[in-house]
Amino acid sequence: MSSPLAGAPLAGLRTPQGGRRRKRARRVGVNALGLAVFAVMIFPIYWMVATAFKRGSDIFANTPVWFPVHPTLSNFSDAIHRPHFWADVKNSLIVVGCVVVFSLVLAFLAALALAKFRFYGRKAFIVLIIGVQMIPLNALIIPIYLVLAKANQVDKLSGVIITYLTFVLPFTVWTLRGFLLGVPRELEEAAQVDGSTRLGAFVRILLPLIGPGLVATSIFAFIQAWNEYIMAVTLLHSADKQTLTVWLAGFITDRGTAWGPLMAGATLTALPVVIFFVAIQRKIAFGLTAGAVRG
Amino acid sequence: MSSRSPAAAAPLAAPSHSRRRPLGRRLRRGAAPYALLLPAAAVIAAVLGYPLYYLVRLSFQHYGLFQLVRHKGESIGTANYAQIFHDGFFWHVVLRTVVFTAVCVVLTIVLGTLIALLLAEVGSFVRLLLTAGLIFVWATPVVVAVALWEWMIDFEFGVANWTLTKLNVGDFNHHDWFANPWSGWGVIISLIVWGAIPFVAITLYAGLTQVSRDLVEAASVDGASPWRVFRDITLPLLKPIYVIVISLSIIWDFQVFNQVWIIRNGAPSNDYTLMAIYAYTESFKISEYGLGSAIAVVMVGIMLVISFFYIRQMVKVGEAE
Repeated sequence: MSSPLAGAPLAGLRTPQGGRRRKRARRVGVNALGLAVFAVMIFPIYWMVATAFKRGSDIFANTPVWFPVHPTLSNFSDAIHRPHFWADVKNSLIVVGCVVVFSLVLAFLAALALAKFRFYGRKAFIVLIIGVQMIPLNALIIPIYLVLAKANQVDKLSGVIITYLTFVLPFTVWTLRGFLLGVPRELEEAAQVDGSTRLGAFVRILLPLIGPGLVATSIFAFIQAWNEYIMAVTLLHSADKQTLTVWLAGFITDRGTAWGPLMAGATLTALPVVIFFVAIQRKIAFGLTAGAVRG
Repeated sequence: MSSRSPAAAAPLAAPSHSRRRPLGRRLRRGAAPYALLLPAAAVIAAVLGYPLYYLVRLSFQHYGLFQLVRHKGESIGTANYAQIFHDGFFWHVVLRTVVFTAVCVVLTIVLGTLIALLLAEVGSFVRLLLTAGLIFVWATPVVVAVALWEWMIDFEFGVANWTLTKLNVGDFNHHDWFANPWSGWGVIISLIVWGAIPFVAITLYAGLTQVSRDLVEAASVDGASPWRVFRDITLPLLKPIYVIVISLSIIWDFQVFNQVWIIRNGAPSNDYTLMAIYAYTESFKISEYGLGSAIAVVMVGIMLVISFFYIRQMVKVGEAE
C-alpha cells in the first residue's frame, strides 16, 4: 500500500496469517468508506444531471425516481428557449473574453518583471498583489457602483468588464509569476550565450515553455469571470444585458415548480466551467498554494 | 513531482538572492521591470485602489437617494460609525458572522483532513474515483450549487425530505427547511462546506504524499498510535499548508454572500443577515450608501487582520522559489 499511515498500528503482535486477514479486512473497509464518501460528495451533482434528463412525471414523483428511466431532452430545450438565455450566454462570453485578454496581457508583463528581475519595491508589490485579493468584493461593490453610476457605465457590459479586473488581474499576476519562475534560468542563459538578444531568448525559449501556464491561467480567469454573480447582478439591470449566472439565479428565484428546466439550465451553466476545470485542476491547486504544494 | 517537502521550502529563501544572471545584472537597476509593471499597477490602482479610497471616504458621508442623483455625498464625520457601533443588530451580525465562519472553517478543515487521510489509504481505483468526484464538486459554480441544493431540499419533491422520512429521522413530509433559522443555517452551512471540502482535501492530500514514509513507519514500529503519528509527525510537516488552507477558508467564509443571498431569494431576513449581506442591503436596498460603506470598512479591517498570517506565509513561500 502506498500510504504513509497505512496498516501500521495493527502490525506486530498478530500471527502472520491473522495479521494478513486483518489487513485485508481493513483494506476492504477503507475502500468501502472511500466509495461511501464519493457517493455522498457526488450525489448532489448526479441528482442535478439526472433531474435534467427526467420527464416531468418522474421529477414530481412522491417516491424519488433514482435514474432517468425515460430520458428526455425537453428540459434542456425548455431552458434554452427561456427568455434571454442566448443573449445572456453571449454577454457572459463577451465579458469573459475581454476580461481574460486584458488581464492576461497586463499580468504577463507584470509577472515577467516580478519573476525575472530583482528590483527595488519588488517584494512590496508582491505583498500588494496578495493583499488586494483579500479585500471582499462586497465591500468594493458600493464605491464601484457609485463611480460607474457617475460615469454612466451602469447597465453596460464595459462597466462589468472593468470591474472584473479587480479580482481577476491580481490573481493572474500571481499565478503567471509562479509559472514563469518554473522556467529554468539555465535555458535562458544558454540562449543568450548563443548570441540571441534577450527578446530573442524570450520568444524562442521562454514562450513555448510557459505556454501551458498561459493556457491554465487564462482558463482560471475564465472560470472566475464566468462564475461571478454579485457584481453582475448589481451592475446589470436589463434582463437582456445580464450574464448567465444572473439568468440562472433569477430562474431559481421565480422558478415556480420548473425544477426540470432549472436543473437543465444549471447543468448548462456548469458545463464549460467543469470541462475547463477538470483540464487544469492540478494547476489551479498550484496557483492557490503556489509552491507550498507542488502537485 | 518535486520531492522537496513543504516544510523545507522556507529555508531555501536566502540563496536565491545571490544567484547571478549575466544580463539581468545589468538590467537590475534599469527601468525595464518598472515599465513592465506599470500597466498592471495602473489598472490595479484605478479599479482597486481608487474604489478602496472612495469606500473609506463614503463611510464618512451621508449618501442617500438625493446624493445618488447629484453624485455627491455630504460629509458628516464619524456619524455613520457612531450609528453602527451603537446598533445592537450590527454587533449581533458581527457575532453571527464570526460564529458562522468558525463553524464552516472547522467543519471544512476536519472533514477535508479526514478525506485527505482516507485518500492516502484507499486503493488506486477508489482514489481516482474519489479525486474525480471531489474535482467535480470543486468545479461546480456557486450559483449552480445553490440551485441544486434548493432542489434537493424542496419541501414537496425534494430528495432530502423523502430520505429523512424513510430513515425514520422524523416526519419530513412538506418540511420547510427555512421556517426555522437553525435548520436554514444547517442547509446553508452544508452547502458551503460541501463546496469547500475538495480544495482542502486535495491540497492536504498532495501535502501528505510528500511526508516521508520512512519517518511514519519508524514511528509506527516504535509503537506510536495512528493519532500520535498524525499529531507529532504529519501535522508539523503539513503546517505551512495548513496555514494557507485555514487562512483561505476563513477569508472565503467570512465574506460569504452569494449562497445566502440566492437561497433566500435576494431578500434575506434579519435571521439570515451576515456582514457582507448587511453592508449590501444597507447600500442597495435602502440606499444608505454611507452607512453600508462604514459596515464594509469594518469588514475590510477584520479581513486584513485575518489575512496577515496568510499573506506572511505566501510571501515566505513566494520568496523561496
